Amino acid sequence: MSGFPILSLMLLVPLVGAVACLKAGREQARMIALVTTLVDLALGAVLWTQFDTGGAQWQFTERANLFAGFSWALGIDGIALVLIALTVFLMPICIGASWNSIEKRAGEYYAAFLLMETLMIGVFAAQDLFLFYIMFEAGLIPMYLIIGIWGGADRIYASYKFFLYTLLGSVLMLIAMFWMVNAAGTTDIPTLMQYDFPPQAQTWLFLAFFASFAVKMPMWPVHTWLPDAHVQAPTAGSVILAGVLLKMGGYGFIRFSLPMFPVASAQFAPLVWGLSMAAVVITSLIALVQHDIKKLIAYSSVAHMAIVTIGLFAFNVQGLEGSMLIMLSHGLVAGALFLGVGVIYDRLHTREIDRYGGLAINMPYFALFFLLFTMASIGLPGTSGFVGEFLSLMGVYQASSWVALVCTTGIILGAAYMLYLYRRVIFGEQRHADAAAMPDLDTREWLMMVPLGLVVLWMGVYPESFLAPMRKDIATLDARVAVAAPKGDAQVKKGTGKPAAEHEAAEHNDAHGEAH
Amino acid sequence: MELVRSLHLVAGEELLSIAGLILLLWAAWAGDKAARAISIASVAVLTAAALIAAPALCGAAMGADTAAFFGQYRADAFSSFGKLLIYASAAVTLIVAPAFFDRFKAMRAEFPLLVLFAALGMGIMVSATDLLTLYIGLELNSLASYVLAALLRNDERSAESGLKYFVLGSLASGILLYGVSLTYGFTGTTSFEGIRAAIAGGTLSTGAVFGMVFVFAGLAFKISAAPFHMWTPDVYEGAPTPVTTFFATASKVSALALLMRVSLVAFGAAPQAWQQIVIFAAILSIVIGALGAIGQDNIKRLMAYSSINNVGFILIGLACANQPGAAAMLIYIAIYVAMSVAGFVAILMLRDEDGEPVESIAELAGLSKTRPGLAAALAAVMFSLAGIPPLFGFWGKFVVFQAAVQANLVALAAIGIAASVIGAFYYLKVVKVMYFDEAADKVRGKSELAHGVLLVIASVFISPLGYLLTNWLHALAGNAAAALFHA
Repeated sequence: MSGFPILSLMLLVPLVGAVACLKAGREQARMIALVTTLVDLALGAVLWTQFDTGGAQWQFTERANLFAGFSWALGIDGIALVLIALTVFLMPICIGASWNSIEKRAGEYYAAFLLMETLMIGVFAAQDLFLFYIMFEAGLIPMYLIIGIWGGADRIYASYKFFLYTLLGSVLMLIAMFWMVNAAGTTDIPTLMQYDFPPQAQTWLFLAFFASFAVKMPMWPVHTWLPDAHVQAPTAGSVILAGVLLKMGGYGFIRFSLPMFPVASAQFAPLVWGLSMAAVVITSLIALVQHDIKKLIAYSSVAHMAIVTIGLFAFNVQGLEGSMLIMLSHGLVAGALFLGVGVIYDRLHTREIDRYGGLAINMPYFALFFLLFTMASIGLPGTSGFVGEFLSLMGVYQASSWVALVCTTGIILGAAYMLYLYRRVIFGEQRHADAAAMPDLDTREWLMMVPLGLVVLWMGVYPESFLAPMRKDIATLDARVAVAAPKGDAQVKKGTGKPAAEHEAAEHNDAHGEAH
Repeated sequence: MELVRSLHLVAGEELLSIAGLILLLWAAWAGDKAARAISIASVAVLTAAALIAAPALCGAAMGADTAAFFGQYRADAFSSFGKLLIYASAAVTLIVAPAFFDRFKAMRAEFPLLVLFAALGMGIMVSATDLLTLYIGLELNSLASYVLAALLRNDERSAESGLKYFVLGSLASGILLYGVSLTYGFTGTTSFEGIRAAIAGGTLSTGAVFGMVFVFAGLAFKISAAPFHMWTPDVYEGAPTPVTTFFATASKVSALALLMRVSLVAFGAAPQAWQQIVIFAAILSIVIGALGAIGQDNIKRLMAYSSINNVGFILIGLACANQPGAAAMLIYIAIYVAMSVAGFVAILMLRDEDGEPVESIAELAGLSKTRPGLAAALAAVMFSLAGIPPLFGFWGKFVVFQAAVQANLVALAAIGIAASVIGAFYYLKVVKVMYFDEAADKVRGKSELAHGVLLVIASVFISPLGYLLTNWLHALAGNAAAALFHA
């Protein structure tokens, strides 16, 4: 862990690539983009291996007072590390997904993508409140262009909705940030995470941040921008949207809302639970009746993200770890599912479920991968989806058994809509000649699917690799929110048969005894 | 001795007046043929005047040493900040103008002179510390501006613009003068320090309140704040584009600086008396500027509504009524000038095959395919005006809202920033037309080198690279604001 500014380098590499892409032709631009993202992936691997698990909370820190009012402060903990790793892992796959399908204005397209990569890494690595805000908001511009220029038929409506919805969510957060910086006298995120704001103020600050992260997440009922954006965005845009951009909401909760406003978080936990329960059930039911594959997966994303928020607001280690794992897993799985949709979309140019059918016959390998990711999305043990959902629901069960009960139906409904989708697209008869004539995966698609499949299995079989870097940070966070944690309704205690007063006294003695 | 000292302090204004008169003689003798040469000379004069003004800003000049003519005039860091922006804007106007006027064969020798005298008037406005100096500066500027707006004599829109500006501007001047006389009547003085002393207790007599409200109304017209904004779209649209550039930059700077000095110095002892007016005008300007712009299809009208919108944000800084608020306003103004310059220079570069200006937003369709550089610059201006990070326009909103929150005006900041989302809609529309729509391929004209260079400079300033200047900009704005609040 030398003083080498690896995080700045990771931000700089895609930025330079983006500038280079602007002027390049299609062939050159995609090559530049691929090389750049692979370099960043390599840097990400270095970051992962050099990260000292269990060491200092903030590592690879950099600070330069370049600006008035805020500074160029970067640094990561385990939580940020895994999310950065997810970003750099998905980016080359996104470039691969765009390899042939983007024909017009390719230079600008890859430039926008590389700019997105810089900004996404910046969001996770920023240690200054305002630097975070700038990175967080700046992502709107390239994403607006990606949806609006290279999107589907209804792209313009979707791009406006995406931009204005998320902008409206975020601006109030900025006002809250001003207030916080004014009160605490610093813009340093680690310091703010330790700062105790007055409880009344926390309520307002929490709501302002909530407005932003709930839209970004997205939580029901402010999720409506997501299906539109997903459906209209090009494949790689959907992958990055589902894979990383949605995680910014969850990251925001875990980095800002919970540690900075623990009291208000506890106060608003029932609200979050209520919205999440509604989201799990409602969006799952909506997903069940979709005719558009991308829309179905988009709604399933909302349902999965609801389980993330449930876990986050369970106020215990299992819930938090589970949420982080769902975010990682969902990033891979939803990304992979969109990629799968992209594969067949490139061949048939439709997302209508009814236009497919019986793909298992002519595209057996595709069917295999799609099955793997479908199962991972459902949460089959052995895949990445299971670990996170299990931990999250276990966490929330300790807080509220009713919430856990309602949210578990999400797993059942999830199985229903995903299997129903699989049944209609992959199994059954080959009803359409053009769909039946589609060739199976080519080398490029294999190269994108295999790494995703392997990581999904890895995370399902040995989640420890992904949990280890985060464990200490989650424990710190848990300790921070523990004081405010709402009392659970499902704490099983061994009865002793003694009257209550004696029982308590006995417990005291026990504790006393152990201390000796 | 006072006279010698005073004359020394107003060296910049002396230079501008004398050079202006000499150039006037040259113009009278040589006629329109010399128009370009006079423009170049005027730019040189403005540069020299800026060099004379700069030391006061860098050296944070303030206090009694900077007062000239027995307290009627101040050459402090604050006025220097304003003057530098004004002279720079005037120079930009002169540089971009010839290419525009040549096509109408309307490059007249009086154009650079009028700009020069208007800049002189503006310089006096930002330095004024007496209601009468204020009025002299304002009228010198206004008279030149009315003529500038109507400069294209054969163009109906230009004539209409000049006439509207004149009629409404005179009305506003009248209101202002009425306010001045009431203020004088009830405080017994026209000097800002005197007025401040007269209302030191914080309570204004009813008559003084009337006077103050009239003064504010007159100035609100000059800065085109709602509800006195009606003239702006028509004047911006009709005036020749270089003149519009001048109005959007230099005129705004001078009127805002004047408003700052009047409210924070003259009426600074009783901020509660005018804060509500400013807050009302701020919110109304933001909302009207944003809603009014949505239906526009002429890009110059859109920029006019955008300027109303931006003035609303700047007024939020004034509503703080404290030194950080004033510094934030100055930073916003400086960034706004750069955004306007970039925007209008880009608009000047929009020409069709015959060199006719393209002003309709619909005709910009697909500009990013035919002229990617120009489209990118215009998109940067739009996102910047909307205040979307990482563009530098965000920083202006950032400092203003931060000042508002620090001054405990959280509700105002929240309303203002939420309303800024409405504004984002129409800025996005321009980007959408340029980037998402099929190419109309209307913009084909060649661009002038001077335009290109100015556009690049202004675009780099409003790009994320601008953040590297924040330390420097904050130091300068801090100096200027400190001078304003120096007893």
